Amino acid sequence: MRPIRVLVAKPGLDGHDRGAKVIARALRDAGMEVIYTGLRQTVDQIVNAAIEEDVDCIAVSILSGAHNTLLPKIAERLKEENAEDILFVGGGVIPDDDIPFLKENGISAIFTPGTPTTVTIDYIKANVRK
Amino acid sequence: MFREDVLASLKESKKNFDEKTEKLLEKRPERKAVFHSGSGKEVKRVYTPLDLDGIDYEKEIGLPGEYPYTRGAYGSMHRGRFWTMRMYAGFATAEESNKRYKYLVEQGSSGLSVAFDLPTQIGYDSDHELANGEVGKVGVAIDSLADMEVLFDGIPLDKVSTSMTINAPAGVLLAMYIAVAEKQGVSADKLRGTIQNDILKEYIARGTYIYPTEPSMRLITDIFEYCSQNVPKWNTISISGYHIREAGSTASQEVGFTLADGIAYVEAALKAGLDIDTFAPRLSFFFNAHNDLLEEVAKYRAARRLWATIMKERFGAKKANSMIMKFHTQTGGSTLTAQQPENNIVRVAIQTLAAVMGGTQSLHTNSKDEALALPSETSVRTALRTQQIVAHESGVTNTADPLAGSYYIEAKTNEIEKEAMEYIKKIDELGGAPSAIDNGYIQQEIMDAAYSYQKDVENGDIVIVGMNKFKVEEEPPTGLLRVDPAVEVKQRKQIENLKDRRNSEDVENTLSKLEEACKSDENVMPYILDAVKAYATLGEISDVMREVFGEYQQSVKL
Repeated sequence: MRPIRVLVAKPGLDGHDRGAKVIARALRDAGMEVIYTGLRQTVDQIVNAAIEEDVDCIAVSILSGAHNTLLPKIAERLKEENAEDILFVGGGVIPDDDIPFLKENGISAIFTPGTPTTVTIDYIKANVRK
Repeated sequence: MFREDVLASLKESKKNFDEKTEKLLEKRPERKAVFHSGSGKEVKRVYTPLDLDGIDYEKEIGLPGEYPYTRGAYGSMHRGRFWTMRMYAGFATAEESNKRYKYLVEQGSSGLSVAFDLPTQIGYDSDHELANGEVGKVGVAIDSLADMEVLFDGIPLDKVSTSMTINAPAGVLLAMYIAVAEKQGVSADKLRGTIQNDILKEYIARGTYIYPTEPSMRLITDIFEYCSQNVPKWNTISISGYHIREAGSTASQEVGFTLADGIAYVEAALKAGLDIDTFAPRLSFFFNAHNDLLEEVAKYRAARRLWATIMKERFGAKKANSMIMKFHTQTGGSTLTAQQPENNIVRVAIQTLAAVMGGTQSLHTNSKDEALALPSETSVRTALRTQQIVAHESGVTNTADPLAGSYYIEAKTNEIEKEAMEYIKKIDELGGAPSAIDNGYIQQEIMDAAYSYQKDVENGDIVIVGMNKFKVEEEPPTGLLRVDPAVEVKQRKQIENLKDRRNSEDVENTLSKLEEACKSDENVMPYILDAVKAYATLGEISDVMREVFGEYQQSVKL
C-alpha cells in the first residue's frame, strides 16, 4: 500500500507559513508523502497541483481572513475536475462561526489554532479515500 | 568586576551548596530534571558572580545613554518620557480606519500605526484577481492617493508620528504620505514616522515580497538617500525581528538574524555611496516580546550592546546616534491562545513589562481576541490600558534598566549576545543575509526551532495554560470584528471612478518616466512621487517596477 499523499497549500496572499510548514513536517514524520506549494497559490494552482501530484488530501492553511471566499472555490474546482474524492481540510485563524458555512461548502474539517498536529494526522488517516 | 579572593571563596561555597542541594534532591526532586527558558535554553538553579567572571562593568554594562548602551538608549529613559504607545490598526476602508485612529488618539495613543491589507502590501489594486477575498481584511485598502487623503483626514501630520507597516511598496506609500501632508500645508521636513521597509525579513518570515533581492535593496537605499535630503526626521527602515520570532525562532536567533539583516542594509547603503553617520541615525529596529520575562529583557539588552559594537567597530560610525539602537516592540501574537482568550490579557501584561524593562522606545500591545480575528474596539482599549497601567502604576518606569546587576540577567545578556554573534558570523561566511536567505539557511534554522517547539507543546514539556493544560469546555466567542465583503465591491468601484476622473495623460507620462528611472541608476523616489500625485494607482506603479525588476521566486525547503 502506498503512503498517503498530501498537498499542503497556502491560498491567498498571507505570508504566515509557520503553521503550514509545521503541519507539513508533522505529516511527513507520520509517514505521509508531503508536497508543500509555498505562498500565494491561486485556486487553480492548488487544484492543478493536487491532480498532477495525485494526492489523497489537500490541507490548506490560511490566516488572512479570506477563507470564506477562497476555500469554497477550491472545493468547487475539485468538483468540476471530478476530484472531489480528494479529502479537503483547512486550518488557520478561522472563527468558529464560519466553520458550518465552510463544511456546507465542501471542506471536510477545519482545524483552529491550538489543535495538536496528532489530531490532524489522525483525521486524515481516518478519512482519506481507501 | 569582582575581587579574586571573593570569587575564590564563593567558588568554594557554591561547591558546597551544589553538593548539599544534590543530596536533598534524592529525597525531594525538583519539578523537572532540566529547566528551560522560553527559547529552550537550559537555565541553572542559581546564578552568582561566578557566572559573570571577567565581565568589565564600565566597558560591557556601563550607564544608560552611554556606549555600549546595554542599559538603555537614553540617560533618563522612561523618567524623561514614557515610550510611545502605538497601537497597530487599520481595516476595511480608509473612512473606517480614519475613525479608529481618531478614537485611539482620543484614548491617549501617542502615535499612529497603519496596518495595510495584503493586496496593498504586495502592490495589487483592489480590483486585481489575486485581491479577491483579501480587500480590507488584515488592514486598510489603499489603492491611490485618494484613499490616503481620506485615511488621514482631520489628522494634522505635523503633530502625529505615523508608523506604516509597508515593505515592498514602501516608497509608494511614503510618497502618498508626503503628498497628503503637502495638501495639508505641511512640508516633508516636518514629517515624523517610520516605514517598515525591511524586505529581507519578508523573504525570511513575513511573505509580502514583490521584487528579487537586488532591486529591492536598491529601492531601500534610494529611500535612505531621498529621506536624508528631504524627510530628515523620518525613520527610513524598521529592521524587524518581530516576524522572525513569530515564525518560530528563538530569542538569540531573533537578535542574530535581525542584526544580520541590519548589517546587509548598512553595507548596501555604503556601497551606494552614502555616509554612515548620515543614514545610520535613521535606522530603527522592531522586536517581539514573548512570555519569558527575564530572557526577553536580556534579549533587548544584548541586541543594544551588539548593535552599538557592530556600528562602532565594524563600520566605524562616529556619531553616538549611529550606534544607538532604538526599537519598537510588539507583544507576541503567536503566544496568544484561541482558548480562554481572556488569559491573553495576562500574557500581554507580562510581555509589556518585558518590553518596558528592556527599554523600548514604543510599544504595541496585542488584544486578547487576536488569535481569533481582528481586535474589537473594547479589547484594543484593554490592550492600551495594559500599557498605561505599567507606565503609571507598576513603578518599573522610575529607574533606568531596573534589572541590571541581576546575575541571571547579566549572564543571560552575555549568552544571547554570544549566540547572536555566532549566527552573524555564520551568515557572513555564507556571503551576508541576502545570500543566506537565497540558500534557505535562515528559514531552515527558524523552521527547526518552530518544529521542536511544537513537539514540546504536544508532549506537554511546554505548558500553555488553557490550551494543553487547565482546559475547559467553552462557548465560541462572540462579538468578533468582521470586515464586510461589501468593502471589496466599494473599493473596486472607487478605482473605476478614479480612473474616469484623473488626467490619464499625466498618469502615462509619470509612469513612463518612472520606468526610465528604474532602468537607470537614478533615485526613483521623485518619480514615484510624481506618479502618486497624478493619481496613478499603487498597482500601476508596482506593475511598472515588476516589468523592469521582475518578481521574487520563493524557494521552499521543508
